[in-house]
Amino acid sequence: MLSKIGILSTLISTILSFLLVYQSFSEVKSKNNIISKKFYYLSFYQLLFIIFSFLILLFGYIFSDFSLINVYENSHTTKPLFYKITGTWGNHEGSLLLWINIMVLFSFLFLVYKKNTEKKFKLFTLIFQNILILFFLIFLLTNSNPFSEIYPAPSQGMGLNPILQDPALGIHPPLLYLGFVSSSIYFSAALASLICRLEANVFAKFIKLWVVISWSFQTLGILVGSIWAYYELGWGGYWFWDPVENSSLMPWFLMTALFHSLLVLEKKNGLYAWVLILSILTFIMSVTGTFLVRSGILNSVHTFANDPSRGLFILIFLAFMISMSLIILFKYFPNEKNNFLFLSKESFVLFNNWFMIFFLTVVLIGTLYPLFLEVLSKEKVSVGPAYYNIVLAPFIVPFLFLMSYGPQSKWFSSKLVDVKKMFFIILLSFSLVFIFANFEKDSSFITTLILVFSIYLILQSFLDLYTSIKNNSFNLSRSISHLGFGMLIFFISTNNILSTESNFNLKVGETKKLTNYSIKFNNLKILKEKNYETLVGNFLITDIKNYKEENLKPEIRVYNQPKIVTYESSIKSKILSDTYLTMSNLAGSEFYSIRFQTKPFMNLIWISVLIISAGGFLRILRRENK
Amino acid sequence: MRKFLFFLTFFGTLSIIIVFYLGLKTEKIYSTKDLIGKPISEVNLDLLNTDGSFNTSELKNNNFTLINFWASWCGPCRKEHKYLIELSKNDNIKILGVNFKDNKLKANKFLNKLGNPYFLIAKDDSGKKSIDFGVYGIPESILIDKNLVIIQKYIGPINKKDVKYIFNAIGS
Repeated sequence: MLSKIGILSTLISTILSFLLVYQSFSEVKSKNNIISKKFYYLSFYQLLFIIFSFLILLFGYIFSDFSLINVYENSHTTKPLFYKITGTWGNHEGSLLLWINIMVLFSFLFLVYKKNTEKKFKLFTLIFQNILILFFLIFLLTNSNPFSEIYPAPSQGMGLNPILQDPALGIHPPLLYLGFVSSSIYFSAALASLICRLEANVFAKFIKLWVVISWSFQTLGILVGSIWAYYELGWGGYWFWDPVENSSLMPWFLMTALFHSLLVLEKKNGLYAWVLILSILTFIMSVTGTFLVRSGILNSVHTFANDPSRGLFILIFLAFMISMSLIILFKYFPNEKNNFLFLSKESFVLFNNWFMIFFLTVVLIGTLYPLFLEVLSKEKVSVGPAYYNIVLAPFIVPFLFLMSYGPQSKWFSSKLVDVKKMFFIILLSFSLVFIFANFEKDSSFITTLILVFSIYLILQSFLDLYTSIKNNSFNLSRSISHLGFGMLIFFISTNNILSTESNFNLKVGETKKLTNYSIKFNNLKILKEKNYETLVGNFLITDIKNYKEENLKPEIRVYNQPKIVTYESSIKSKILSDTYLTMSNLAGSEFYSIRFQTKPFMNLIWISVLIISAGGFLRILRRENK
Repeated sequence: MRKFLFFLTFFGTLSIIIVFYLGLKTEKIYSTKDLIGKPISEVNLDLLNTDGSFNTSELKNNNFTLINFWASWCGPCRKEHKYLIELSKNDNIKILGVNFKDNKLKANKFLNKLGNPYFLIAKDDSGKKSIDFGVYGIPESILIDKNLVIIQKYIGPINKKDVKYIFNAIGS
C-alpha cells in the first residue's frame, strides 16, 4: 500500500517537473513581463507531492512497514524512534529522495523570490533546475527506488548500521544536503543568466542569498560530520582527509570563493565570467563528490552498498551536466574588461579566490591521485594527512595575513591601510606566542608562524567588530566569520601540538602510571540495552598535577540488528581539554588494550566552526530584514 | 583561442570521466580473492547440532567442497539459499555450512523452512574461526577441491551465474 502511494506521488511530481520544463519553454517566448500564475501552482504542487513521497517513506520507517525493501534493509522494530526517523536518509535510496526534495524546495523558493522580475532569466533557471530534478527522479524511480516492495513482507528488518545510530549522524545528511544540493539552484541560474545575457550585478543580487545559505549549511554539515567522527570512530581524530570528507570540503572552497567574488560583482560589475564559472563548478564538484562516495569507487563509511550501475548513472549525469555547461559557457561567454587596482579591496577578493582554488586543487589531487594511479597502473598508494599538512601549512600563513588585511582595504583604491597599527598588532601576536609557548613538543617554524598570524587575525577581527558596533554599522557577519576562522586555525594548531596519546594493556584491578595521569581499571560490567549488549569498563583517571579525579567508561557494544561490534570511546569533555579513552578486547586474554588521549581545545574547535557559520546565518537574516 | 580553450577543457574533463568509468569497473574493495590457489588452513570447528568437532582436513574425502558461511539473521543468505539447494543435488560436491554468530534454535528453524543443503553443519559462535578462512562478513563461500586448494571465493550471496560456474568447475 505505502509502496504504491509513494511511487504514485513521486510519479506525479515527475510529471509536474516535466510540465514545468515544457511550459517554461513556451512561456519564454511570450512578450508579457509577468510570469503566469500556473508556474507558481505547478511548482507548488511539485513540491507538495515530493514532500508527500518523503513523508510516506518516513511513515514506513516510523511504523516499521517491512513490505518496503528499503525499510526492511535499514530498520528494525527495536530501534529507538529517533533512529527509525533518521534511518530514512541513512541509506542510498532514502537520501536520494531527500536530495530531490531539497532540489525541488529550492526550485520553488527561487521562483517566488523577487517575484515578477527578470521573467526570462527565472524561467530559464526553472528549466535547468527541473532538468536536473527530472534526471534525479528518473534515477530514483528506475535504479534506486525507496518504495520497492518485498512480498511476503518479512516480520523483522535487518537494522541500521550501528555506527550510523548516532544523533550527530541523524542531522549530518540533511545539513550537508541543504549545503551542496542547494548549490544546484545557482548552477541553473548561472546557465540561465548566460543564455539571457543578464546584467552582472542583477545576477549577483539574485544568487547571493542562495550562495550564503548553501555555504552556511555546508559549514554546519561538515562540522557535525567531524563531531561524529570524533565521538564515534574512536581514534581520537576529527578530520582524516578521507576522500569522503574531502568531497564535502571541495564544494565548500568553491562556495567560499564564490560569495567573495559576488561582493566584487555587486559593487563593480567585475569578475562576471569567473562568478559564472564558480557557480557552475560548485554543483559539478558536489555531484562529483557524490559520485566518488556513492559508486563504491572509493571505500568509506558512506559507500552504502557497492552497485556499479548506480555509479554509472551518476557518471552519465555528470558527463551530461559538464558538456551542457561547457557548451553554454563557451557559446555565451560574456566579454568584460577587468582592471584591478593593486591593494584595492577587489584585488584582495581575487587573492582569496586564488587561495581557495589552490586549496581545492591540492585536495582534489590528493583525493583523485590514488584512484587515477590505480586505474592507470594498478599501483596502490594512499595519500594521508602528511601530504596535506606539508603542502597546505605554509600557505595558511599568507592566507591568514590577507584575511586580516583584506577587509581593511578600500574599494577602488590602492591606498595603504594604517601600517603602523598593523605592525603593532602583528608584534603583539608574536609576543603573545613567545610568552605562552612553553610547548612540550618542539613546534616547527611554520607552526609558530601559523599561531602568530591566527592570533593576528583574531585580534584584527575583534577590532573590526568593535569599530563596526561603534559606527552603528550592522555589517558584522564578515568580521564574525573571519574571527571564527582565526580561532579555528589557532585551536587546531594548538590541539595538534598539545595532544598526548599512550597505548598500553591493562586488566581489571591494575593501574597504569603515566607522566601526568594514573589510570586504574576498576571493574567491568555487562549490560543489556534495547538494541545492543554492552561491556562497560570503569576507569578512574587521576590527574596527578592537579589532584583531580574522573571516571571514564568506554564500551564494547554488540548490536543485535545487524550483528556488529562497535567500540565506544569514553570522552570527558571540558571547555579547555578532553580526556579520551577507548578499550578493545585482546583475544583469549584477560587484558584489554587501552588507548588514552588528552585532547585540548576540542570544544573550542567546534565553537570556532559554529562562529564561522554564524556569520553566514547573520547575513541571511540581515537580508531578510532589509 | 576560445575554440582551443573549449576543446582543451572538453577533452580534459572527458579524460577524467573516462578514468572514473574505468575506476568503476575495477574491484576496489579489499578482497581475499588472492587466496585462490592456496590451500585452506586446517581448523577445528564445533558442530552445530551435536557435540563433537570436525577438522577441515577431513574434507579431503570429498571431491569438491563448498564451505558456506551463513546465519539465520542474514538477509542475503536467505536469497542465496535456493542456489545452495540446487548445488546440493549434485553428488560431486558437498556443502559444509558454517553457522556464523547465530542462535542454534533460529538456525534450525531457518533450515526447516528453506531446506538443508549441507552435508555437515559446523558453528562459529564468536566469528573468530571464520577469520582463519579469510572471511570477514557473510554470506561468503569458498570452493575447494580434494587437496583443500581454493578454486574460487564468493563474497556475498551466490547467484545463478556462480552456480553455473561451479557446475563447470567440478566437471558435471
